[in-house]
Amino acid sequence: MSQVENPSPANSDAGETVSVASYLKSNVREYGLLIALIAVMIFFQVVTNGILMKPLNLTNLILQNSYIVIMAIGMLLIIVAGHIDLSVGSVMGFIGALAAVMIVNYEINYVVTIIVCLIVGTAIGALQGFWVAYYKIPAFIVTLAGMLSFRGLTLALLNGQSIGPFPTGFQKLSSGFIPDLFGVGRPHMLTVVLGIVLSVFLIYSAWKDRKERAKFGNLEEPFAFFVLKNLLIVFAINYLSYVMAGYRGYPNVLIVIAVLVAAYGFLTSSSTVGRRIYALGGNVKAAKLSGVNTERLTFLTFANMGLLAAFAGMVFAARLNTATPKAGYGYELDVIAAVFIGGASTTGGVGTVTGAIIGAFLMGVMNNGMSILSIGIDWQQVIKGVVLLAAVIFDVYNKKKAG
Amino acid sequence: MNTILEMRGITKTFPGVKALSDVNLTVGEGEIHALVGENGAGKSTLMKVLSGVYPYGTYEGDIVYNGETQKFATISDSEEKGIIIIHQELALVPLLSIAENIFLGNERATKGVINWPVAHSEAEMLLKIVGLDKPTGTLVTNLGTGQQQLVEIAKALSKEVKLLILDEPTSSLNERDSEALLQLLLEFKSKGISSILISHKLNEVVKVADKITVLRDGQTVSTLDCDKTEEMENKIIKDMVGRELTNRFPQRTPEIGNMLLEVKGWNVYHQVHADRHLIRDVNFNVRAGEIVGISGLMGAGRTELAMSLFGRAYGQKISGQVELRGEPIDVSTINKAVANGLAYVTEDRKEYGLVLENSIKINTTLSNLEGVSKGIVIDDNAETRVGLEYKKKLNTKCSSLMQQVVNLSGGNQQKVVLSKWLFANPDVLILDEPTRGIDVNAKYEIYAIINQLAQEGKGIIFISSELPELLGMTDRIYVMNEGRMVGEMPTKEASQEKIMRMIIKDKG
Repeated sequence: MSQVENPSPANSDAGETVSVASYLKSNVREYGLLIALIAVMIFFQVVTNGILMKPLNLTNLILQNSYIVIMAIGMLLIIVAGHIDLSVGSVMGFIGALAAVMIVNYEINYVVTIIVCLIVGTAIGALQGFWVAYYKIPAFIVTLAGMLSFRGLTLALLNGQSIGPFPTGFQKLSSGFIPDLFGVGRPHMLTVVLGIVLSVFLIYSAWKDRKERAKFGNLEEPFAFFVLKNLLIVFAINYLSYVMAGYRGYPNVLIVIAVLVAAYGFLTSSSTVGRRIYALGGNVKAAKLSGVNTERLTFLTFANMGLLAAFAGMVFAARLNTATPKAGYGYELDVIAAVFIGGASTTGGVGTVTGAIIGAFLMGVMNNGMSILSIGIDWQQVIKGVVLLAAVIFDVYNKKKAG
Repeated sequence: MNTILEMRGITKTFPGVKALSDVNLTVGEGEIHALVGENGAGKSTLMKVLSGVYPYGTYEGDIVYNGETQKFATISDSEEKGIIIIHQELALVPLLSIAENIFLGNERATKGVINWPVAHSEAEMLLKIVGLDKPTGTLVTNLGTGQQQLVEIAKALSKEVKLLILDEPTSSLNERDSEALLQLLLEFKSKGISSILISHKLNEVVKVADKITVLRDGQTVSTLDCDKTEEMENKIIKDMVGRELTNRFPQRTPEIGNMLLEVKGWNVYHQVHADRHLIRDVNFNVRAGEIVGISGLMGAGRTELAMSLFGRAYGQKISGQVELRGEPIDVSTINKAVANGLAYVTEDRKEYGLVLENSIKINTTLSNLEGVSKGIVIDDNAETRVGLEYKKKLNTKCSSLMQQVVNLSGGNQQKVVLSKWLFANPDVLILDEPTRGIDVNAKYEIYAIINQLAQEGKGIIFISSELPELLGMTDRIYVMNEGRMVGEMPTKEASQEKIMRMIIKDKG
């Protein structure tokens, strides 16, 4: 890559932009992951003879992974704060069961049910967070207990049976698609338009942010890189929109995920709350002595995890259209793996929402691709394990080299 | 005197940096050889070359030990020859006993089965030599820092040491324990064991060393015969910094104003053991623009006092009153203490002061994020502005604001900690050992910052174990012993002897 210097007059000592090559080198973790995702997608696209990116398959891929992605966001915050939550799979199953019992057995309105379930999920998270934050019980123990208890409660609630089906309104949580306001539905025009609107918005805000940074001498990213990155993002968005427009357009849940990613991305990168969670994960003693209310923040991250697990549980139940006793079994491991593949540190203080999402999709694409190639579930597990280990080894190696 | 060790023309390069350049060091048998220099001068690197941490082949030059050229590949190679290094950070396992620690990796065992009676009786003998009167089954975690240091030395002795290397052995010891340790070195000397002593405390160096080698910027500046006079210290400093330090403390004309902070009847009990009364009825005060020192031995309760005042960060059953400008203030949580104008710069900046993996910018704003935010949204540009402002004000040396603080030198890390608290804009700053482990030049800069703060009308509480520092910097000194204030005097009337006498009289 050529050495392109930023043309804007950044002259402050904090604001020197660096060459593309050295910028890439120092941010290798962030972009490396994205490059890995793209490489894996291209690989499977080729070996599956183009099935991977078929509209139907792509849509399914997103639906299949939506609950992992939703929980990965909450788990990221927990892991950044230096903890772990092993109970999310069980909580997810439990909430799905609760929703089924309320809607199917007691015929309670599904909107009311959704609200009650979210509140119950938050309360479960809060209960676990309470012990972790205020009584300093290791999160591993508290949530291991939660994992066992809620798995048991799920069975008890369902009496060991599957309960379903759900009314169509509830199913829309997962299997619904956004309506096409402009026309025929295939290709789905609204999806294409939304993709374009989103890209215009992203470019505008990225440009504005860059100008602001330059003004304050707070610019590091080289200009060529800025252009390249945004072009790629715009291309990716519009390509995916175009593909999905060929089926039924954006699924509802993708819109929800997009909103969650934007909200939590903002929370972690630009809010005082997010900053303090990173500080407490990086050095809890120093954070505390700097006036950060470490207990309350820990408590809140667990409550938030419960909320997102509850939401994921309902999305999952809606997708299967039944609540089963086995729902969510072992999902905590996929969620945790996604966060670590996404570059979070096992000791806390490091990790990004986008990383966790990319990590989740990386695993999702591999699952999907391998399934298409009819590789058995046995080898899929092995490969996922190896990928997780490789990602973390790559991290540690990078850190060593930098230090 | 025979020469036991000669390091000739040692050059060690790291990518992009020449850490050592043609360094020579000659140590005689039974000699105490001090190695001094500022942080980053290359002392530790040189010792790592000697002990085999950097194996033969990764450096240039020769190590001649006992008349033979040595090619150490690992630490165990050098240990086998009797070269034992005791690091600044002690390498003991806290939850193992003294005996277990002494023989760790060198167990008294036959075919993997440890002979505990032999281990304990040998450990007992070693403890007698180093003068530690504790049962050998005591867990190391129950020992004080000074005692742990002695266990380290016992461990070294168990390996038949001929050349003992001590890296800053007294940096966390009180005066009494330091004295005992230095005495021990002299005893070893009489038994023919040579030592290399790395230390920042020049008064100690001058007291015990036979020869002193000064390193600066990876080069040998001089090797001096130590004549144990007062003049010696100045000679060393001159060689260390490359210029004559006419004044170790910046000048300041105190402008002392009204009463700022007053603490009355402060009592604190031990964090875990509720029956241990650590701070007893302590009263003290600081005025605007005043620098007040708190002196005392290690374990006198100074840190506990400071931390308990700062939002009850330490202790339990805390009672007493705190007044700011005559009004009682609530300091029951750290947030309230900060909001009421207190700031506490901790003794251990890495452990309690900084988020090491984070950047300078992020550390600077941590205790006053509201100051760079609108609602809950951080204004990145405002934050950068603040970071740059304090970097400039405190002259923090770094490649950029985004540099991780873990990569900064001790002095610059301390400047980041100070930046953080200055940005929180407190009325009273409690500084706990603010210059520990910082080299001479950076110390001077930190002193200048402290003076500047006093000049701005802030009240400074300066806790330090180094009496010369308190005598040079403060306006008034409190003497603390065993949780009580046992004396107070204007610094003009104070001297090291007077303060020590107060402490000793209190004991008797």
